[in-house]
Amino acid sequence: MQDIAESNRYKAEVKNLSFFYGTFNALKHIDMVLHDKKITALIGPSGCGKSTFLRCFNRMHDLYPGNRYEGNIMLYPDNVNILSPKVDPIEVRMRISMVFQKPNPFPKSIYENVAYGLRVRGIRQRAILDEKVENALRNAALWDEVKDRLSDLAFNLSGGQQQRLCIARALATDPEILLFDEPTSALDPIATASIEELIADLKDKVTILIVTHNMQQAARVSDYTAYMYLGELIEFDETDTIFIKPQHKQTEDYITGRFG
Amino acid sequence: MSKQSSEKTDHVGRLGYSYRRNLHERFIESVLFLSAFLSVIIMLAIIAMLVKESVIFFQHVSIWEFLTDTQWTPLFNDAHYGILPLVTGTLVSSMVALLVALPLGTIIAIYLSEFAPFAVREVAKPFLELLGGIPTVVYGYFALLFVTPLLQLIFPQLPGFNLLSAGLVMGIMIIPYVSSMTEDAMRAVPMHLREGSYAMGATRFQTAVRVVAPAAFSGIAAAYILGISRAVGETMVVAIAAGMQPNLTWNPMEPAATITAYIVQVSLGDLPHGSIGYQTIFAAGLTLLLMTLVFNIIGHIMRKRYREIY
Amino acid sequence: MNNVNDLDVLRKIIGRHKRWDLLFMIVGIIALMIAILTFIALFAQMLVDGMPRLSWDFFTSFPSRRPESAGILSAWVGTTLVMLVTAASAVPLGVSAGVYLEEYAPKNLFTEVIEINVTNLAGVPSIIYGLLALGLFVYQLDFGQSILAAGLALALLILPVVIVATREAIRAIPIAIREGAYALGATKWQTVWDHLLPYSSSGILTGIIIGLARAIGETAPIITIGALTFIAFLPPAPVTDEFPYLSFEWLSAPFTVMPIQMFNWVSRPEEAFQFNAAAAGLVLVVMTLAMNGLAIYLRYRMRKNIKW
Repeated sequence: MQDIAESNRYKAEVKNLSFFYGTFNALKHIDMVLHDKKITALIGPSGCGKSTFLRCFNRMHDLYPGNRYEGNIMLYPDNVNILSPKVDPIEVRMRISMVFQKPNPFPKSIYENVAYGLRVRGIRQRAILDEKVENALRNAALWDEVKDRLSDLAFNLSGGQQQRLCIARALATDPEILLFDEPTSALDPIATASIEELIADLKDKVTILIVTHNMQQAARVSDYTAYMYLGELIEFDETDTIFIKPQHKQTEDYITGRFG
Repeated sequence: MSKQSSEKTDHVGRLGYSYRRNLHERFIESVLFLSAFLSVIIMLAIIAMLVKESVIFFQHVSIWEFLTDTQWTPLFNDAHYGILPLVTGTLVSSMVALLVALPLGTIIAIYLSEFAPFAVREVAKPFLELLGGIPTVVYGYFALLFVTPLLQLIFPQLPGFNLLSAGLVMGIMIIPYVSSMTEDAMRAVPMHLREGSYAMGATRFQTAVRVVAPAAFSGIAAAYILGISRAVGETMVVAIAAGMQPNLTWNPMEPAATITAYIVQVSLGDLPHGSIGYQTIFAAGLTLLLMTLVFNIIGHIMRKRYREIY
Repeated sequence: MNNVNDLDVLRKIIGRHKRWDLLFMIVGIIALMIAILTFIALFAQMLVDGMPRLSWDFFTSFPSRRPESAGILSAWVGTTLVMLVTAASAVPLGVSAGVYLEEYAPKNLFTEVIEINVTNLAGVPSIIYGLLALGLFVYQLDFGQSILAAGLALALLILPVVIVATREAIRAIPIAIREGAYALGATKWQTVWDHLLPYSSSGILTGIIIGLARAIGETAPIITIGALTFIAFLPPAPVTDEFPYLSFEWLSAPFTVMPIQMFNWVSRPEEAFQFNAAAAGLVLVVMTLAMNGLAIYLRYRMRKNIKW
């Protein structure tokens, strides 16, 4: 299909992916790629399956019974299908981190929240933990605000800070892909702006896939955009193309707000 | 019509409050309130009754003697009134029970809440509830006639009445209370916290131990405290299987009376109302109530705190 | 160790963690098995010892000094009558208190005191209720060592269970139902009586059954009251053939109940009485299991049928 050189620039490639909640077919034959160190946005009306799609990338669906994948998501450069039953979802989740819609810090200190992923890997040396936690918090633009109260309970942070803490938590383990599931939908405009800025800064370090219900957000932060509708991928292209001259009428309707 | 209303602006006609309807509602509310208030009266009555008889008791026996004497023989001619043997009996049997109930109850709760498939949980939960509904006198019978003989195969010198088998059976009996409250607390932890942990690549065990259990901490603590107060207040199992001889010992292999067993022993006899023997059971009861009240109040504070955490 | 994403290291760590998962799974199943096996052992022991004694005569005979002719007639009659008193007093009081706390009570310190108090009452050891009943009902109010005193003692004991069940059942009804009733001009009490109580009835019933199942098995408070254990007669019948056809003499009659009868037999040295104890225990366990089973079934059906 494509030559090796090209696939080197892909971080992941989705091939004919379908997904079922029991008998309900939530995703239908999706083909897409994630470009390495780029931001890809998933947009579409609610219920179109964009979050479902996102959660395939770290096998979150394995947590609940009755869910079934068909097709492949190839992860490069390993060239393995992360949906294969032989692949351990835990390993997938260690390499592909996720930030959720609602900030979900653990009921632990700020420090322990960020260190969690490292502790899960069995890292106990204080020096390594300290260094990684500080780096992650700096990368999440939270270090200056919390460096004096790392042992405070994470619940005491504001909503925007909590979300940045969750991003720091996801960054601490140097993931290869970072998944964002509507990360700003529970936040006020100011906190949203700072998270968006942060996401844009992160793309040098990590490949990002972001679900958003907010088209301006997709336009502002992403390099590529995919429009989904009723479990199908309608259109996938560079963000500029999608927003300026979309190929499909349906995409255009949604983007221009003519969609119900 | 508009003329009328401009003349009499306070006229409300059929929209006025009905005096009768109001009275009726007020009456019902008062009755309901009294029913709710009855619970306070009961608690006050319990305390008043125990304190009243205990005060008379402590006119005969000094509190110092009560707390420091190492013998409890109120019904003998050479009467001693030291509560210590009963307290140690209570503590030893409770300790054995809790060593069984807290670990097993917690493990079962974690297993059911985080590991077990849906079908297992649906069967196991009601089953545990049934286990908790069995009368304690039946557990006493089981401890005396099944568990003790079984233990005697391992420890031939074990006497027929002993704190060990009473405590073990009591522990099994308390498991459902601990496991069901612990599980409720763990299941109240929102799913998004678990997802956060799984998304970091944590396993089930790591998620359960490092995220879910700490988040449910106060609820789990409340479950433990309920378990403790049940163990301390349990009567029939110890009365049947541990014997009724006060015995100042920390050794679970010996027979010993608990506070509750002593009350049963006295009640079985025919003690005249108003005698010092009659008053001893109230003094013993007061000691027991104070022990459990302290645990319950701690439990209530814990429960309130964990409701506010998310 | 600097590269936390060295794949081989990662896989080794994951493998180790998964072994913990598996280990805990096994430990969990073993723990559950211990509880289940204990129950089976308990039931089997009673079945083996008690089954041969279970016959029609066992239910229709009074206790006796000769174990082979002793029965539980006075015990099950006593239990039935005591439960009548318990249900008749705990149900109206508990449901009223639950309704008050859930629907009427203002949010203030006093209400909170009542609420804390209900929780505390639920944690008071049952034998303490026995002491209260002994001092208050038996002597102060002079009910004597009677069915009335025992029934009231057990009613106080299960009151918190009924209150909590009522509150939970009423709380589960969505606010829209209340607003619907108020919008039609219903008063508060009409809303409660016509809507909230009927819609929460199976939840309340579940709580009542669980409470009564607990009361049936309670031994300690009744011993404390000083209930006689050797009763070879029945209390006066509640129904008479003369006007007014109802008699309440039975309320003040001496009595025994099933768990007391069992306790009495367990504490006898002769082995033959242990078989009687086992048979009585079997009846008692089957009764409480049936009641709790019914409650669980009701709750299960409720969850399936009602979707607000």
